[in-house]
Amino acid sequence: MSGALIFAVAGLAAIGTYLITSRSLSRIVLGFSLFGHATVLALLAAGGPAGNAPIADQTSVADSADPLPQALALTAIVISFGLTLFLLALARRQHQLTGDDLVEDDLEDRRIAADADAADAREAAERKAAELAEATRGPEVWT
Amino acid sequence: MTTIMSLLIIGPLFGAGIGVGAANKAAIRDSITLLTLIATAAGAAVLAVDVARNGTQVLRVGGWRPDLGIVLVADIFAVLVLLVALCTILVVELFAIGQRKTLAGVDPGIVSPILLVLTGGVCLSILTGDLFTLFVAFELILVSSYVLLTHQGHRSQIHSGMTYVVINLLASTLFLFGLAFVYAATGTVNIALLAERIPELADSTRYGIGLWFLVVFGTKAAMFPLFSWLPDSYPTAPTTITAVFAGLLSKIGVYVMIRFQVLTGMNELGTIILVLAGATMVVGVVGALAQDDVKRILSFHVVSQIGYMLMGLGLFSVAGIAGAILFLIHHMPVKTVLFLVGGLIEDDQGTSSLKRVSGLAARRPYLAVLFAVPAMNLAGLPPLSGFVAKLSLVDAGIDGQSIAIVVVSLVVSVFTLLSMSKIWLGVFWGTPTEPDATALADPTSVASRRMMLSATTLAIIGTLGIALFAGTLYDLSEQAATDLLLRTPYIEAVWP
Repeated sequence: MSGALIFAVAGLAAIGTYLITSRSLSRIVLGFSLFGHATVLALLAAGGPAGNAPIADQTSVADSADPLPQALALTAIVISFGLTLFLLALARRQHQLTGDDLVEDDLEDRRIAADADAADAREAAERKAAELAEATRGPEVWT
Repeated sequence: MTTIMSLLIIGPLFGAGIGVGAANKAAIRDSITLLTLIATAAGAAVLAVDVARNGTQVLRVGGWRPDLGIVLVADIFAVLVLLVALCTILVVELFAIGQRKTLAGVDPGIVSPILLVLTGGVCLSILTGDLFTLFVAFELILVSSYVLLTHQGHRSQIHSGMTYVVINLLASTLFLFGLAFVYAATGTVNIALLAERIPELADSTRYGIGLWFLVVFGTKAAMFPLFSWLPDSYPTAPTTITAVFAGLLSKIGVYVMIRFQVLTGMNELGTIILVLAGATMVVGVVGALAQDDVKRILSFHVVSQIGYMLMGLGLFSVAGIAGAILFLIHHMPVKTVLFLVGGLIEDDQGTSSLKRVSGLAARRPYLAVLFAVPAMNLAGLPPLSGFVAKLSLVDAGIDGQSIAIVVVSLVVSVFTLLSMSKIWLGVFWGTPTEPDATALADPTSVASRRMMLSATTLAIIGTLGIALFAGTLYDLSEQAATDLLLRTPYIEAVWP
């Protein structure tokens, strides 16, 4: 198995992962394309050493490449092509609705964050009121 | 007889093709969908009888050797899950036809053909005998679920659809990577051959493969900590679609996980799976307690209940896996019915928020009964099937000396009951409220309501049937679990 192939898989997977973690859907699409290439190369690497085209009666089994991972890779490429199109359609729809293609904040997260902010504000207000009450009470006088 | 297996996959896809052609003629489209689903379910029943009589059935597609071509394998585990899954889809389609007659339920003609594609994917993923075909089947299911989730194009659906699509796409890509690893390590993707070769690998490679696929299938199954996409995306889809997703999709993930981990002998991962199972149960039920919308509460319960099935798997004993299989069979229809009832509440009131619905029992007593039966079933009250399934899991846990997970599962059961009674108190008890302005008011809704109610009733009778035949089903589950754990029955069936 060639070292270059392994480095290519690792590099593509790393860049792909980085792009997938971004908020813009078009970057995510690119990320998935790169990630998809990484998996295809990994499948290719899994097939063992390179060889001649595996055609029955023309090449001996010993020096032909393993055709099965190539068939798998081909299927995987077709599927990822279809999914890329779907993702692009989704990005287009998001653009129509919101004017950008960013993945929005999770609604639940936002609700919880709002609740927490409200609770913080309430606490701060209470503390302030208590301080104010403390200050206005003035020095205690011993009689 | 084995030809039936290929028909189960080709049939729905063929029906989907005709359905797309007749997308604008509702009567033709609906009757084709219904006929296809009935035929598929009947085919699955015939296959089930065949498997019960003559043992595991294997079909070599195109006559290729199993290591080169695709094999379809129907063992007891497969036919049990297949039959229940197909009946569940059939009931949902009946409900959907009723709902489509209402003004609010009008949807593009694409939904029922896509549902058939999903059905074909479900059949393929249950029957397939090799990992790569499993990947293709998953893609078939996922692509149809992407379309079903986002086809209406509402903002909330696009928003949650994005998360859903990206997470599942990532899981699929990791699946492909895993396939490359497995092929590099063993030189095959056939599950029967993997069952022979993976146990012979060095421990580090074996654990690597096992954990990798735990992550992949765990994402599909919504296992802790990979579950957060589920409660966000499921409630945004229309009722019938959520019902299918909740009843089937994550369960297929569990089914595949059980099959892969047990057949490749990953017993040492049991402890990790048990810890994750406990966390899944607890996080799901605590999440449910914090919600105040019927559909969101039910979605979190999907997560929580996945934990029970993982618990059975993590025990890696005959009793544990039999319990997990029984729980799987019981859970698919019960969860679907609960979502259908949630949809009925939403149709009736215009919302499923606990804050805005109240006292429905006075106006719709029948609906209250329809909710109460599956809710008690989900919580595991005797004598319903949920009780039988949980009892067998707890029993297996005590046998396996895993007291911690038993305690967690019992505590989570109590909380499940608590949040079911929260829905009950919120929606059905109290002073009756008037429906929202958005609720259905058109004259056609009487006939369609009757259809939706009878579909739901039918499903509830089905779940009661599971409770009635729980003994037989447990025996079958036990036999399926024994065969899986022995590994040789599966290997020998594929490679005679």
